[in-house]
Amino acid sequence: MSIQTIATWIVVIGVLVLLAKPLGTYVVRVFTHQPTILDRPLHAVEDKFFHFMGVSRESNMTALEYGVAFVLTNMGWALLAYAALRLQGILPFNPEHFKDLSPGLAFNTAMSFVTNTNWQAYGGGHTMSYFSQFAVLSYLQFVTPAAGGAAGIAFIRALSGRKLGNFFVQMTLFVTRLLLPLSIIVALLLVALGVPETLGAYLHVHTITGQSQLVPRGPIASFEAIEHLGQNGGGYTNANSANPLENPTALTNVIETIAMGLIPVAFFYAFGVMTGKRRLAWTLIGVAGTFYLVMLALIYFPEAAGNPIVNALGLHGTANMVGKELRFGLGGTAIFETSTMAFTTGSVASAHDSYLPLSSLAFFLGMFLNMVFGGKGVGLLNMLMFVILTIFLTGLMVGRTPEFMGKKLEAKEVSLTAVAFLIHPFLILAGTAIAVATPAGLAGLFNPGPHGLSEILYAFTSGAANNGSAFGGLNAALPFYEVAIGIVMVLGRYASVVAMLFVGQSLLAKRTVPESSGTLKVDTPVFGTILWGSIVILNALTFFPVMAIGPIAEQYLMLAHRLIG
Amino acid sequence: MRTLRSIFIVTVGLWLLVGLAYPLAMTGVSQIFFRHQANASPVTVNGQVVASQNIGQYFNKPGYFWGRPSATVPPDNPMASGPSNLGPTNPQLLTQIKRQIHRLKKADPGLKNSEIPISLVETSGSGLDPDITPKAAMIQIPRVARATGLSTTVLRQLVQSHIQPAGVFGVREVNVVLLNIALYQRLHR
Repeated sequence: MSIQTIATWIVVIGVLVLLAKPLGTYVVRVFTHQPTILDRPLHAVEDKFFHFMGVSRESNMTALEYGVAFVLTNMGWALLAYAALRLQGILPFNPEHFKDLSPGLAFNTAMSFVTNTNWQAYGGGHTMSYFSQFAVLSYLQFVTPAAGGAAGIAFIRALSGRKLGNFFVQMTLFVTRLLLPLSIIVALLLVALGVPETLGAYLHVHTITGQSQLVPRGPIASFEAIEHLGQNGGGYTNANSANPLENPTALTNVIETIAMGLIPVAFFYAFGVMTGKRRLAWTLIGVAGTFYLVMLALIYFPEAAGNPIVNALGLHGTANMVGKELRFGLGGTAIFETSTMAFTTGSVASAHDSYLPLSSLAFFLGMFLNMVFGGKGVGLLNMLMFVILTIFLTGLMVGRTPEFMGKKLEAKEVSLTAVAFLIHPFLILAGTAIAVATPAGLAGLFNPGPHGLSEILYAFTSGAANNGSAFGGLNAALPFYEVAIGIVMVLGRYASVVAMLFVGQSLLAKRTVPESSGTLKVDTPVFGTILWGSIVILNALTFFPVMAIGPIAEQYLMLAHRLIG
Repeated sequence: MRTLRSIFIVTVGLWLLVGLAYPLAMTGVSQIFFRHQANASPVTVNGQVVASQNIGQYFNKPGYFWGRPSATVPPDNPMASGPSNLGPTNPQLLTQIKRQIHRLKKADPGLKNSEIPISLVETSGSGLDPDITPKAAMIQIPRVARATGLSTTVLRQLVQSHIQPAGVFGVREVNVVLLNIALYQRLHR
């Protein structure tokens, strides 16, 4: 392991941990309407905007109103995005004269970006006009994480005994107070380090060997900034952050990696501040952080050891460099991929399809759990879902009605939580089963054998987890996948969020019971360990069978030097 | 109805802010303060744009240094950036790697497998990786020397001067595109 790898890991993890407290505190101040640093330029303008909208800063919604506003707003965006993509040809800022998107691709793309999955069945550089890139896709990469973040905030407010707040207000503040200021900083850093930001046409290059090259340009840096800060992951070009245009140096790689994690980690801390349970927040950060480190190790070490089949050729070095870029180093690549899976960003700095089976287990782990900080406020919802399930399970063991945050967890909350938990594996496993049982699904395969199963499984998992990365070999542009993944993304996004909002409201309506000696202490390392174990067991029971016939089978074949043709 | 009105206003209002004002403002500021980078870091020779600094190019003549293999069609095509996506047990992966080894050895019969850096025969993630390891450049010096008539000493100096240090986060690497442009300028001055 090189010094640079260690430095990269320490800086990324160090910055995220150190900023959790100040940024988390800031988030709480913004969403409880306390004074913050950006009040002076923004407060008056925002108030006018809210007034114009017919809402006030401190107004509240019920869970039903909130859910309806959330879903209707998203539907509105989906319709507008679909229309804009279908009409790309006649809209402005299209110097390369790209045509309208087909109905299937426009549907898939609209659903993908509206659900904040950012799954891409297209190659951006040769499909999307500048207008589509910045006014449609980049715009959605602002507002959709803001919507998810608002839902997360509403849930935390409910847990802390406050009313939910107003969806429109929270979403606006999420953009003006968090995403936009951070994006401006990150975008300018990226430009300074070599990421293009222009409205000029593509660059014509005439090489010294007499060839010609057409280099895509555009407002890439502003796109990259929000792509990562909002855990979106929709790349400007096909190769995403592996492309030197989007991620030109080891330093930009570190910046993009940090950008992904800032808000998710801070959200965990914000939960602690808002509910007055900072120790619980650190416990949850510890649980998620442990999973993060496991994933990092699981990606780095197998890749450094390399593919035994290739290494039998006796080349210089052992690391698996298939689908990886040289400039980030293996350590930089590994922490980018760990982060993109943990924070459900879905951008990639290397080709996931070409990773070794053990490393791909880490990718699946991140998406199955969907709470290793997660993204867009939703990761915290999923974490709290596991907390509630764990409290319920431990309650069963001692035969006592479980409590959380001073409220009794009863049949209604536990049922809703169980529904929220089960939707995820159901979408993944049912989707995969349908795909492998139908010719239309199998037609998309690229790699044969167990790796092919992993390709299909990855696609549905990525859709359900709203991650958006892919085992890129799978032909996602087939109508079967455009539609199937489109549906999975929608259900994966909304069903569990809405269920958890109702859990929050139901808890809010309950009488607070005082803590007693019989109350399970949740802010301790003991509870953290039980939580960790419950998460592992619940997910292993759900997903181990499919892992066994996918990546694990492939691992044994690889160790036996067996090629699957 | 009130909700619909709010949805409409929040959608349009935020669109004006982050869908329009933000990218245009960032573009404006970047064009003023970081003009070179913001326009994809073009490299010019005799007034002609011969490269975008961070974007790899396909070199296959013996008189140039070769970069990492590219999975795009044609190789190093920025309009179709992407990887090979070949899985670790896919027979095509081994075939591809062996083909790259053969290509290097054919041009340089003395070369041994143990001298070839693995990254020089495995396709990159973008198909546009401009960099190779210093060793990958060094092992190509004998071939380039024979083809260009430059001495190995001169070429070694040229490579040495193009090694970018690892810095805090990265790796020691050589940008093949810039190296070849320097080589070209040396041969054509």
